[in-house]
Amino acid sequence: MSIRTGYAAAILIGALWGALFIVVTGVLFTLVTGTVSAPPAGAAALAGIVGALVLVTAKAENRTRTRKLIAGLAVLLTLGLFTFMSPFGLPLDRNPLWQLFALVLFVASVAFASERCLADIPRGPINRYQSELVFIRATKGIGFAVFTIIVALPFYVMVMTSLKSQQALLANPLDLSIDLSQGVDSLFRSYVELFTQFNFGRYLLVSAIVSVGTVLITLSFSVPGAYAVSRLRFKGRDFLARSVLLIYMVPAIVLVIPLYAVFSQLGLRNSLTGLLIVYPATTIPVALYMLQGYFRGLPAELEEAGLMDGLTRLGVILKITLPLSLPALASVSLYVFMIAWNEFLFAYMFLDDPAIFTLSRGIVSLNSSEVPRQHLMAGAVVATVPVLVIFLWFERFLVQGLTAGSVKG
Amino acid sequence: MQRREARLAWAMLAPTFLIVLAIVLFPLVANFWISVKPVGLADLRPPAILVNERLRGRPKEPGDQATIEYRLRNSSQDEEIRSAQLAATLPPGFTPAGAPESCSLNSGEIACKFGTIPPRWRENVRLEGTVDAEFLKLDDPLDAYPAETSGEADNILTSFEFTLENFRRVFSGAEFWSVLRVTIYYTVFGTGGALVLGLFAAQLMNESFKGRGFLRGLFLFPYVAPVIAVAFTWVVLFDPFSGMLNALLTRMGVVGEPINFFGARSIPITLFGLTFEFPLALSTVIAFEAWRYFPLSFLFILARMQSLSSDLYEAAEMDGATPLQQFWYISLPQLVGILSILFLLRFIWTFNKFDDIFLLTGGAAGTRTLTVDVYEQGFALSNLGAGAAVAVVVFVLLVTFATLFIRFSPKEEGL
Repeated sequence: MSIRTGYAAAILIGALWGALFIVVTGVLFTLVTGTVSAPPAGAAALAGIVGALVLVTAKAENRTRTRKLIAGLAVLLTLGLFTFMSPFGLPLDRNPLWQLFALVLFVASVAFASERCLADIPRGPINRYQSELVFIRATKGIGFAVFTIIVALPFYVMVMTSLKSQQALLANPLDLSIDLSQGVDSLFRSYVELFTQFNFGRYLLVSAIVSVGTVLITLSFSVPGAYAVSRLRFKGRDFLARSVLLIYMVPAIVLVIPLYAVFSQLGLRNSLTGLLIVYPATTIPVALYMLQGYFRGLPAELEEAGLMDGLTRLGVILKITLPLSLPALASVSLYVFMIAWNEFLFAYMFLDDPAIFTLSRGIVSLNSSEVPRQHLMAGAVVATVPVLVIFLWFERFLVQGLTAGSVKG
Repeated sequence: MQRREARLAWAMLAPTFLIVLAIVLFPLVANFWISVKPVGLADLRPPAILVNERLRGRPKEPGDQATIEYRLRNSSQDEEIRSAQLAATLPPGFTPAGAPESCSLNSGEIACKFGTIPPRWRENVRLEGTVDAEFLKLDDPLDAYPAETSGEADNILTSFEFTLENFRRVFSGAEFWSVLRVTIYYTVFGTGGALVLGLFAAQLMNESFKGRGFLRGLFLFPYVAPVIAVAFTWVVLFDPFSGMLNALLTRMGVVGEPINFFGARSIPITLFGLTFEFPLALSTVIAFEAWRYFPLSFLFILARMQSLSSDLYEAAEMDGATPLQQFWYISLPQLVGILSILFLLRFIWTFNKFDDIFLLTGGAAGTRTLTVDVYEQGFALSNLGAGAAVAVVVFVLLVTFATLFIRFSPKEEGL
């Protein structure tokens, strides 16, 4: 008898999901309630195996909703039995509601994931194709779980930490629940203090001015440049279009010492003018590259017709090219805005005067032992929210822009 | 006609050229210049004569004696100042008794010439005289008429004084080679990690299911959020005392002692009876790098995968190719182009990266890369010249990598 059977696959799959999801739901439970759980991975793996076996014994067409429900119940019963009715290593009367919720989540996840992995897999012998299918499904399942956790967890921690008090953080770092009973004022205390005592209103304004200024300057430089590269014929055009991107390979850290020296002597260093010179210089090349790609895609006939009708070049650009390329202008603007908003190195090196700190520079000054951690995280949230809102709002635009023009990291 | 068009094109490109020239190309060259000069952070302020005015003797009645004293000194410890001068308007009502040495008086003004003054030069110019009622009425007679000084000094940045001391310092330090090794590790593993994670994530997303748009947006978060926010979040998350992760690990009994992820240079790990030192802080920083930049490779790889035609897969399916075979023999070969371009870009950008490590560890605990070393030498140790010398090393290595890549990379579709 071959070992490669649906039963064997079900055992592996059930054990995998049982162990994985008990840890995930257990940790989630701990993070939400602050109560430390001790997820019993072994018992959960066993429970998962029982559930998966219940599923796989049925023929593919018999795996109805009822069958899945039975599998779920089997998982629940096995887990309860083998952990002596404490599925998260806790007595059931501690946070019973949340425990129940975590338990339902666990059972549902195990049943769902096992069912998806074993779909169309018979209980008897399976061929190589089918076993690889199970393997790939399982890998993808792990991938989804792991990626979602590693991406979402830091952001979750960032937001939750900013809403806690110093005592609560030190008492139990695991407790990332929100205590709603304390009232809105005390919940958002770190934010209120940032804006009243730490001058964050001003930093926000400065960051907005610098970023919008960078966008305007970048566009006013790169639009004519991109038009020239994409529409006008001259010697060295192709070379230019390519070499523009080389600028992007130049490390900022190599530029920082000379610029620091020169800007100090010119009195530009500790000033927003200095930033408004440096930021566009780093964004213009990529903006030019992205725009010229888009301009090339526009039909040249329209512009030629405009020229025939007596428009000047400037008229053509203003009345024909730009209105047609609004989507590209939007994505370049957003992209440049995000670069300028997120920029750290030059803001950190150049700005000494707290009156003209950008957000990035302001947050660095929060990173000291005298400032509580929740303020630092509140600052991080304040800096992140505008970018994420813009990003989510215009995601389609931005993703196109990112993949079309390639991006600086 | 053609020439006019070319002229127009150059005119439209001129602003871009100028700003790139001034802010990118000029500093690149200037960096080489600074790297062979003995420049410290303090030298950026040019040498000047500092002056401090005081009134001596306490005149109470008109006709009392008083002395105005100008205390002068050369601000520089090692630069001389040529044609050093002092000029001041005397407060009204002060009648000087006579001009001090090397000074001349002229209708209520004093002017002194000191010629060339050596470094650390100090001098007190005392101007004696009598005061009258008008002088006594003034609250602070000297404040209203500040003295001015002038002089010419060599600016160390523009002088022709060169030294190789910076490079000698950089290369002779035992630390340099470890910094170089850390940089290579960081760059190679950071790039590889981001690419592998990106490839994996792209595989996950290359099929339609409910919530795909949401997940794709979520997966891009690490890349679009400000570095300052995510870096500090990681620091808080991994903190050995108040961090969530360590609390989780210790309370669930996974580890006995909290782990100082960003502070411990290495921890011993025993595997199959062999104990070796695992570079912990460096690995955590590399994990951050991979975490923060996988979305970029994810996006590009996904875009490429969605443009692949499905014919090949259908044919392979007919022929009974297994899923792994399909991935290995059909998907991967078609992704080699975009993967190698991404590797090139990310390799160079990771090599250039400064912010991440600087914010996470500040270059401590064996995580100092060349870029952090530039900052360390130039600003933390206030030796701009040495910092620039490290920056030269960065640039030279970068050019080497880029040339090698362009030489040996497969000629695939452009970006």
